[in-house]
Amino acid sequence: MSKKDNTKSVLTLHPERCKGCRYCIPTCPKDAISISDRINQKGYKPVAVDMETCIGCGSCYTICPDYVFEIKEVQ
Amino acid sequence: MALKLMKGNDALAEAAVRAGCRFFGGYPITPQSEILEYLSKRMPEVGGHFVQSESELAGISMVHGAAAAGFRTMTSSSGPGFSLLQEGISYIASAELPAVIINVQRYGSGLGDIFQAQGDYFQAVKGGGHGDYRMIVYAPASIQENVDFTTLAFDKADEYRNPVLVLSDASIASMMEPVDLPEMHEHDPNKNPEAARGKGDGPFKRITSTMYYIEDFDTYVKKKYDTMAANEERWESIQVEDAELVLVAYGITSRICKEAVMLAREKGIKLGLIRPITLWPFPAKAFKALPDTVASFMTVELSPMPMIQEDVLLSLDARKPVHNFLAGMNIPEPIDIVEKAADCIKQTAKGACNG
Amino acid sequence: MVERLIPTALVEDNKFCPGCGHGIINRILAEVLDEMKLTDKAIGSMAVGCACLMVDTFGVDWIQSPHGRAAALATGIKRCRPENPVFTYQGDGDSMSIGFSETMYAALRNENITAILVNNGIFGMTGGQMAPTSLPGQKTVTSPMGRNTDLTGQPLNIINQMKDLNIGYLARGSVTSIKNINRVKKYIRNAFETQMSGGGYSMVEILSPCPTNWKMMPDKSLEHIDNTVTTYYPLGEFVKKGGDSNE
Repeated sequence: MSKKDNTKSVLTLHPERCKGCRYCIPTCPKDAISISDRINQKGYKPVAVDMETCIGCGSCYTICPDYVFEIKEVQ
Repeated sequence: MALKLMKGNDALAEAAVRAGCRFFGGYPITPQSEILEYLSKRMPEVGGHFVQSESELAGISMVHGAAAAGFRTMTSSSGPGFSLLQEGISYIASAELPAVIINVQRYGSGLGDIFQAQGDYFQAVKGGGHGDYRMIVYAPASIQENVDFTTLAFDKADEYRNPVLVLSDASIASMMEPVDLPEMHEHDPNKNPEAARGKGDGPFKRITSTMYYIEDFDTYVKKKYDTMAANEERWESIQVEDAELVLVAYGITSRICKEAVMLAREKGIKLGLIRPITLWPFPAKAFKALPDTVASFMTVELSPMPMIQEDVLLSLDARKPVHNFLAGMNIPEPIDIVEKAADCIKQTAKGACNG
Repeated sequence: MVERLIPTALVEDNKFCPGCGHGIINRILAEVLDEMKLTDKAIGSMAVGCACLMVDTFGVDWIQSPHGRAAALATGIKRCRPENPVFTYQGDGDSMSIGFSETMYAALRNENITAILVNNGIFGMTGGQMAPTSLPGQKTVTSPMGRNTDLTGQPLNIINQMKDLNIGYLARGSVTSIKNINRVKKYIRNAFETQMSGGGYSMVEILSPCPTNWKMMPDKSLEHIDNTVTTYYPLGEFVKKGGDSNE
């Protein structure tokens, strides 16, 4: 995603909030999201994101019921 | 002091306005409808709000919302409608919000009928709604007391952050008497920082059952109601100093009993009267301070079954006989009360009266 | 692309079940309040049911209503504090079963409040009992053979009950896709804009998944809404007195 300025959209992940509903997985246009093997403190297998593939589009933010994803602008 | 001739319900409603009540939500039911009617006209005049709610359930809930917003607020109803208010009263007590509730008592369970009665006593003083709460219950016996106790009810509701009930009845509601109205009082809804008005820069407010946020809530809530019980008893004692039998009656019935005491004294029968002004807390102190001459008691109640009797017995630790004059749906004549009392005095002397 | 940061009203993780639509709806409601600069002024009238779980996690002034009475409470609040945005947040059991009367009368009076009614077709908090909105044939713990409409009546379409009333705004959305979520966010914004311009009663019904009580996987729950629930409860704006929002 190119922008007028030189900022870049970067995903911040809060996997400890994840309850494993997996809404984000088919929603991601880049198939960058998968389920990790570990179990988080809530007792669910949280999602993991392949940061190389992620384009910071924010689709996961929009569909996620548990505030696992944030998109921040960085230089 | 300029006295004004007013009907009971109208005077009560005007007292609420002058106490700073600026929201009323309620539903028509006889014999309280004049309160609604009066406030539908009066509230807009003082910048207040009147909503004729779709039901008593909605009315008390609107009051709940207005109270949470920091406003002085009131609803009124009668009998069947008072039953519907219990849900909201319990919630308001649980959230520790101030509100004033009026029950203009009418006769009977179920639909009953619209004339005066005192059959809502248990519902008024023993809880009514679910859970662990109490309400101060004022029992006015005149139009002036309708004014005075409605005014006081708003102050006590604020003081304890608890709903307060004024237990009127169809007689008090419909009579006209001269009253001295208090000055207009404006209540500042922002005085209490806990009032819902948006969180602003501060923490957000959660106006819900306070049990969620108070440590050792059992102790806290018991202490709250113990304090109310200890400090808020009110009563009037009439000629109890040398009485042999003391009548116990509240509201409209107490006025008839006052006449009965005078009539009895003319006949040389030593009657006295304790008139509970607060029904909760019941004025137990009034019964602790009686002379030894008092051998028995007689409650006079506008219901077919005894109700106040239970609280009189508790106040006496059940050590003396408590008789009843159960007038039911008929307003008693003073002479009938005197005759029954005289009979009870005789039977008590023989140690044989039970009712 | 814009930053997508957790809105300020979401002060704690939510307490809803995995895949519950309330989490999405909480977030878009919080976004709208932030974007309209209303978070500090808003007063919410909270239903009984799963909505109760928001009381510690959604940071606006809340008043807990008795079951079904949220619209009546909101009426009392709004009449007293007309400058504040006042909203109800209720499920379908609360707003359309026990609170049908309060919900409808707030609309009939055209109270200047916003109702957020979350319809998942079931009583969630109490363990999945049939709601007025449950679909014909829907199996719940109180309709174990499937909802029999001969005995229990047809599903309640609250929009149909309200759309001919003199109210400000009425819409139904769902949270099944990015497109639908963005659309329902716009509906919520329209509703609050209606209120803040004094436009009268505004209501947004939101079709929302309850995977736990539907006994369905979350992804299947979303498909179920798109394929089946919306045939009973069509999406769209039904009353719009104030015109389009600026967004």
